[in-house]
Amino acid sequence: MRLLTHNMLASNVRGATTGYPLTLEATKWCTKEVELNADFIRGLLPKIDWRALVDATRALGLPELLPEEQPPEEEIFAEGAADVEGSAIRRIHHALLEVHVQEGSLVCPDTSRCFPINKGIPNMMLHEDEV
Amino acid sequence: MKLKQLEGLLGGLTQFPNPKVELEQYPTGPHIASRMLYTAENSFDDITGKVVADFGCGCGTLAVGSALLEAEHVLGIDIDPQSLELAQENAADLELDIDLVWSDIKNLNLKVSQSIPQHLLLNRKQFSAGVHVDTVVMNPPFGTRRNGADMEFLSMGLKVASQAVYSLHKTSTREHIKKMALRGCNARSAEVLCELRYGLPQTYKFHKKKEVDIAVDLWRFVPKAQQ
Ligand SMILES: C[S@@+](CC[C@H](N)C(=O)[O-])C[C@H]1O[C@@H](n2cnc3c(N)ncnc32)[C@H](O)[C@@H]1O
Repeated sequence: MRLLTHNMLASNVRGATTGYPLTLEATKWCTKEVELNADFIRGLLPKIDWRALVDATRALGLPELLPEEQPPEEEIFAEGAADVEGSAIRRIHHALLEVHVQEGSLVCPDTSRCFPINKGIPNMMLHEDEV
Repeated sequence: MKLKQLEGLLGGLTQFPNPKVELEQYPTGPHIASRMLYTAENSFDDITGKVVADFGCGCGTLAVGSALLEAEHVLGIDIDPQSLELAQENAADLELDIDLVWSDIKNLNLKVSQSIPQHLLLNRKQFSAGVHVDTVVMNPPFGTRRNGADMEFLSMGLKVASQAVYSLHKTSTREHIKKMALRGCNARSAEVLCELRYGLPQTYKFHKKKEVDIAVDLWRFVPKAQQ
């Protein structure tokens, strides 16, 4: 599970109000490089919940990866930024698309119901009495 | 990627070794799957560079096909964990990365803008909410085993997608699907792109013939603009 998926996933357990964002706990994760597509990030960014993304990177023990506040778009999409090591757009790309959580869990913020992640696949199944 | 090449690669995927009849587990054949995705990309620009979700992904035919056509992010969802593991292996064999979630489609909770109060949406910086998924592709259960399963998929697809939903449904249900999509599920448009012959393999013991050909429609649904 990548952090982009985490950013769009919510819990639907009975008793949850928004069920979002799920608190990430990761015991095992890895990174895999993918090519950066600036147009894709540009279209996606307005839909991203920045707070949830930052919290997810902190949960992975990467407090330096993203700043508290989303940098201004002029900075993120500045000419040539994608080619600069450590630029905002590279970090955002890395956080959203290159980090894979393999083992851990997602915890519903409203009910504390825990959804395990095994072999990279979050188990969002609900029991009958939770629907 | 050429159509033939896509079809060839999809033909090499491992499919349900022990299909579960109650979940209507039969794979989308490589011929249909490749044409479905190719049409979505070449006629409508709905795959390459997009966020694509595959509802009821099974062993991942449509998810893997979307990744082969260079979708930027692919999310496959299924209720059956064994299929998800096979989908993961299928993707890994082709050195592709797809995300998978084990969930019942009807209980799926992907962040959709309708669920977020309007006043929060206006202030985007604080709660920058939106629909992440551009396109949903699916070959849902036809609802022959559990009535209404196809409609659960369709209505969730139209909630989650911001651009389009591609889906296969039995031709015999065409009028019903159209009515449900437009009235019940809030689609802006519902169009049959083509009619296909779907060979249901002998996965089902109660089928007498080796293969039963049924007519299915390839649909494209467009959701009403979100907010
Ligand atoms: C017709 S098969 C299609 C499989 C795969 N998408 C393909 O194209 O080869 C339908 C799939 O939907 C899954 N399914 C059935 N009911 C479901 C539900 N309620 N929620 C999620 N997946 C479901 C089945 O496990 C099966 O994999």
